[in-house]
Amino acid sequence: MATLHTRASARLMMAPSVILLFVWMVVPLAMTLYFSFLSYNLLTPGAHNFIGFLNYSYFLTDPAFLMAIGNTLLLVIGVLLITVIGGILLALVLDQPFWGQGIVRLLVIAPFFVMPTVSALVWKNMLMNPVYGLFAWIARGLGITPIDWLADVPLFSITLIVAWQWLPFATLILLTALQSLDGEQKEAAEMDGAGAVSRFIYIVLPHLSRAITVVILIQTIFLLSIFAEILVTTNGGPGIQSTNLTYLVYAQALLQFDVGGASAGGIIAVILANIVGIFLIRLIGKNLDR
Amino acid sequence: MGSISLRNVRKSFGTTDVIPGIDLDIEDGEFVVFVGPSGCGKSTLLRLIAGLEDTTGGRILIDGKDVSDAPPAKRGLAMVFQSYALYPHMSVYKNIAFPLKMDSQAKDVIDKKVREAARVLNLTDYLERRPGQLSGGQRQRVAIGRAIVRQPGAFLFDEPLSNLDAALRGTMRIEISELHQHLKTTMVYVTHDQIEAMTMADKIVVLNAGRIEQVGSPLDLYRTPANLFVAGFIGSPRMNMIEGAEAGKMQAKTIGFRPEHIRLSQTDGAWSGTVGVAEHLGSDTLLHIDSDEFGPITARADGDFVVKSGQRVFMTPDKARMHRFDEKGLAIR
Repeated sequence: MATLHTRASARLMMAPSVILLFVWMVVPLAMTLYFSFLSYNLLTPGAHNFIGFLNYSYFLTDPAFLMAIGNTLLLVIGVLLITVIGGILLALVLDQPFWGQGIVRLLVIAPFFVMPTVSALVWKNMLMNPVYGLFAWIARGLGITPIDWLADVPLFSITLIVAWQWLPFATLILLTALQSLDGEQKEAAEMDGAGAVSRFIYIVLPHLSRAITVVILIQTIFLLSIFAEILVTTNGGPGIQSTNLTYLVYAQALLQFDVGGASAGGIIAVILANIVGIFLIRLIGKNLDR
Repeated sequence: MGSISLRNVRKSFGTTDVIPGIDLDIEDGEFVVFVGPSGCGKSTLLRLIAGLEDTTGGRILIDGKDVSDAPPAKRGLAMVFQSYALYPHMSVYKNIAFPLKMDSQAKDVIDKKVREAARVLNLTDYLERRPGQLSGGQRQRVAIGRAIVRQPGAFLFDEPLSNLDAALRGTMRIEISELHQHLKTTMVYVTHDQIEAMTMADKIVVLNAGRIEQVGSPLDLYRTPANLFVAGFIGSPRMNMIEGAEAGKMQAKTIGFRPEHIRLSQTDGAWSGTVGVAEHLGSDTLLHIDSDEFGPITARADGDFVVKSGQRVFMTPDKARMHRFDEKGLAIR
């Protein structure tokens, strides 16, 4: 009897927060779903008629849509490649004992604390500006014509900016994984005749596989929804060259005031993100089972 | 094929001299055990031989060749680590095959050698398992398997049995001894357990504070310990040591006699005492006696000698097996 009472009262006590969280999550999703079937444009007030899947077909056949999906994938894959490979290399370096290790580790982690808008602006104005940017200055010093990064290679530039932000995260996770590697295992491999490269391939890399999986999964979740960096640097341009799915939905809703179309885009983005998620879990999630 | 010589080998970490200078010869095919209390430098010495640590001074010769500056892989030695150091993401097969693969041997040769090693070590049924799915004893055998496939000049064991329970330790002790008789390869074995040293070694090297106290066969060390340290370290339960007048009577600073070299009686003897604790092992009984003359004394009695705590007993030491030591703790012969 006592446990039954305890359980009932516990449920009662928890109910408000559970309900709040549930409503918080479900109401926006339900409203988005509802809007996506309406003809709802803020510029044409009046009745919002039910128009079925018209918003979806409109969004899916938009030429910008395929471009946006391609850009999203390129951005995610590019950043993942740079951060995972760079993160492993940096972690290997930081794992070595050297003078000033503490300060160097702190500096490596620093970019992670800079908010996305700020770091994107710093890159845009201080580094990548074709007239007074640092890269342009270096290029002129070497006698090369400076590149107008954000106009000529917009997606690559954004990839660089985002990779710079996420590199510390990857480095940090991989460094801790590296430090948990048993020293005797490395020594055993050394006794077994494995050189430095073989030791890395056969001992260190398999040991890191779990951490790499975690890095890829977590980063993918955040990288699918990159927005601030695009907004403050290229505004999705030139044209739609650096528009990803998130930015396309934003443009639909807040630049064209098409709430219905943007909602449809949002739902499509959610579905696509889930497809990517399923793929990832299938592909590399088994690393987590050990 | 596997003789190892140390010539004035020294090792210091910073300003601490861990090993102030050691000379030692290990013959081919010998089973040598380094034994000593923790922190005596025995593991460091093994790692110096393996090449995992650099010597501060002196030379290490393997088969007469100076390898002091050679990397571990070039010394032709194999090592079994205390934690086994198996590669957790590889199957047992791949673990054992790893050194051969690093040696870029042909696939069929590797397969033959791995299966042969697995057969010798009773691992055939476990070849596809991961180390995480094995018991402690099986992991130990995989580690040994990984060492033997390379057919090294010598094996180095770094306290390999310390993670096993008592029963398994006994079995593995015999298995390693059998392996040595079968392979006839030099083995260097580090342990802090003098029972492992006594049971397995051809030659025991007793180390203390980075110095060699005595080198000899197990029975040599047991019968004629060179000094107080060896006398106290070898033998279980440890030797009784007595100082003072009784020792003076025999022209020594300290006299020592082993628990098994005391004749016990309930009626008469040279010394008398009260039984504190009696440990009945069945085959024999260990008595911790509070003697009237010299305080606590341990004696080993026959299993049939039944006494209880608090009872009076008389002891007569076997004078022929008494050990005498001078002021420096060295044995007087």
